[in-house]
Amino acid sequence: MIRRTLMTGAALALALGSSAFAASHSETTKACFIYVGPIGDGGWTYQHHQGALAVKEEFGDKVEIAWQESVPEGADAERALTQMALSGCDIIFTTSFGYMDATNAVAEKFPDIKFEHATGYKREHPNVSTYDARFYEGRAVVGHIAGSMTETNKIGYIASFPIPEVIQGINSYFLHAQKVNPDVELVVTWVYTWFDPAKEADAARAMIDQGVDVITAHTDSTAPLAEAAKEGGKVIGFGQASDMAAFMTNDDGTPGPRVASIIDNWNPYYIKRVQAVMDGTWEQQASWAGMPEGEVVIGEMNALVPENVQQEVNDMVAAITAGEYHPFTGPINKQDGSAWLGEGEVADDGTLAGMNFYVEGITGEIPN
Amino acid sequence: MDLGSISVVLLVASIMVSATPILLAAIGEMVVEKAGVLNLGVEGMMITGAVVGFAFAVNSGSPMFGFVAAALAGALLSSAFALLTQFLLSNQVATGLGLTLVGLGLSSLIGKPYEGIKSPTLPKLDIPILSDLPVVGRMLFSHDIMVYLSLLLVVCVWAFLKYTRAGLILRAVGESHDSAHALGYRVVRVRFLAILFGGACAGLGGAYLSLVRVPQWTEGMTAGAGWIALAIVVFASWRAGRILVGAYLFGGVTVLQLNLQAAGANVPVALLSASPYLITILVLIVISARGAHGAPASLARPFHASS
Repeated sequence: MIRRTLMTGAALALALGSSAFAASHSETTKACFIYVGPIGDGGWTYQHHQGALAVKEEFGDKVEIAWQESVPEGADAERALTQMALSGCDIIFTTSFGYMDATNAVAEKFPDIKFEHATGYKREHPNVSTYDARFYEGRAVVGHIAGSMTETNKIGYIASFPIPEVIQGINSYFLHAQKVNPDVELVVTWVYTWFDPAKEADAARAMIDQGVDVITAHTDSTAPLAEAAKEGGKVIGFGQASDMAAFMTNDDGTPGPRVASIIDNWNPYYIKRVQAVMDGTWEQQASWAGMPEGEVVIGEMNALVPENVQQEVNDMVAAITAGEYHPFTGPINKQDGSAWLGEGEVADDGTLAGMNFYVEGITGEIPN
Repeated sequence: MDLGSISVVLLVASIMVSATPILLAAIGEMVVEKAGVLNLGVEGMMITGAVVGFAFAVNSGSPMFGFVAAALAGALLSSAFALLTQFLLSNQVATGLGLTLVGLGLSSLIGKPYEGIKSPTLPKLDIPILSDLPVVGRMLFSHDIMVYLSLLLVVCVWAFLKYTRAGLILRAVGESHDSAHALGYRVVRVRFLAILFGGACAGLGGAYLSLVRVPQWTEGMTAGAGWIALAIVVFASWRAGRILVGAYLFGGVTVLQLNLQAAGANVPVALLSASPYLITILVLIVISARGAHGAPASLARPFHASS
């Protein structure tokens, strides 16, 4: 704590005192990262940090990386970002949706620093880019597994916040479960947090108590899998954001509750963008990459997944990767029965990025 | 909506498990505050208990050993707080906040090698006759031993404060440390012991999170449970029985709203999640309107024998 204060103070003095500071600093590029949870969450933040480490490994001494963990979304994010900007970062990655306004506010004050905001849509200044991954491609795959494997025909989704990214995931998960199992019922539970292992476990418990036997989470910790593990094989789930391979096998060697996983692989993107800063070719953009670019990866399936389902999953991943299949391909109706996509029609990115409706067949309402 | 899919038996069972960590932490903190000390470091002591308990349980293979280690770790951390505030007369609020920061940092340091590991967990008790009762057997009598120990602890604290001489002295120290000192009681010693007890309870609460409720170690896993425990003490107006009510209410609302959602009920999630805090504010208004706010009179005031 003291060290950080001292460093900020020193950086402030330098930044204010001499413009030579910026020039002398340009020999190494400093890439900074703001995380919403701890690196040790084993999920979302862990994967972003893997990306940061990949940048370091790629460029060695030519880059310096810095990061701050567990920065709350909201007002405090602006303080943390300002602090980073003052400490000489050349590019700052803000890795959670809730940093959107803070990122743009700080970017305005530091026009020479590049900002990259994950999963957002606001680019109010030329030095702000946004980047996202097509997580719904992964959700389609695990939805297929869920629909194929559920015994109770009740599948669950632990949702964090009602934002487009999460709603895309819910819709994609349900559509593909329904495709293989028309009787499937989806239970959505909103926890209003990205990271609270106890609450995530409680949400999983509430759904299990009500007969849900496949759980997917849109939160960051491994707690839902740990809760599923208590059911002795009756309940399965998926690694979320990270592989969560520890739950692939139980201690006694039997297959564990994690039957597959959606892995966010930020490494290629982070390396590309830091490279652009080093080359001076960085430009504002809105990146939305998925399986074709290797940003969304399906982790290895365990032995609980039947062979034919594994084959179908591999085919689906291949089709999405090749650009032959889009998870939102019509005919799809909205929840109220009105038509959204006609036969063979594919959803456009604009609608997806602002998605605020459920597709037909999902019960319940999106909270606002 | 299908409320019929909520099983009351499973719901109550799940509330009891969910409330146990905050119950343990809150009952400990209540004793500390009854002695006139405000320790805001509950969160830090809880998470230290969580990681130490987890580490010891993994290495020894015995969850009970983990709980003992967690209690000791919580007490050890709180002794730093006790030294600073009781002997060096540092500001209790600032020191408590510092304790939370230290606990969070220390726990992630200790916990690094334990991420992604599974721990032995406590078995559910099979109490003869009681566990086999219809409905209540599954609901109340088939939990792990810590659930019952936490309830026993509440009863013990209540009886200790109400009926024992030592309890009376502790309350006297909390109400007026000058009078207690004039009567010849060792104010600092009593407070030191109370702080250690509070630390041990918080450590147990944390270990319950990492060993039973979640059960795994994840950095920052208490996620504010320590602050909820502090709110419960106020909510309970410093009475042991009401701590139990408060903890089950706070834990219950979370579990209930998740269950309602899973059953498809259209509930205002944000309002339900905030309701325990709203109720706490209401309780504060009611008790202050009645004039007797229930807080120990010497709460958070430093004491030195010379003054």
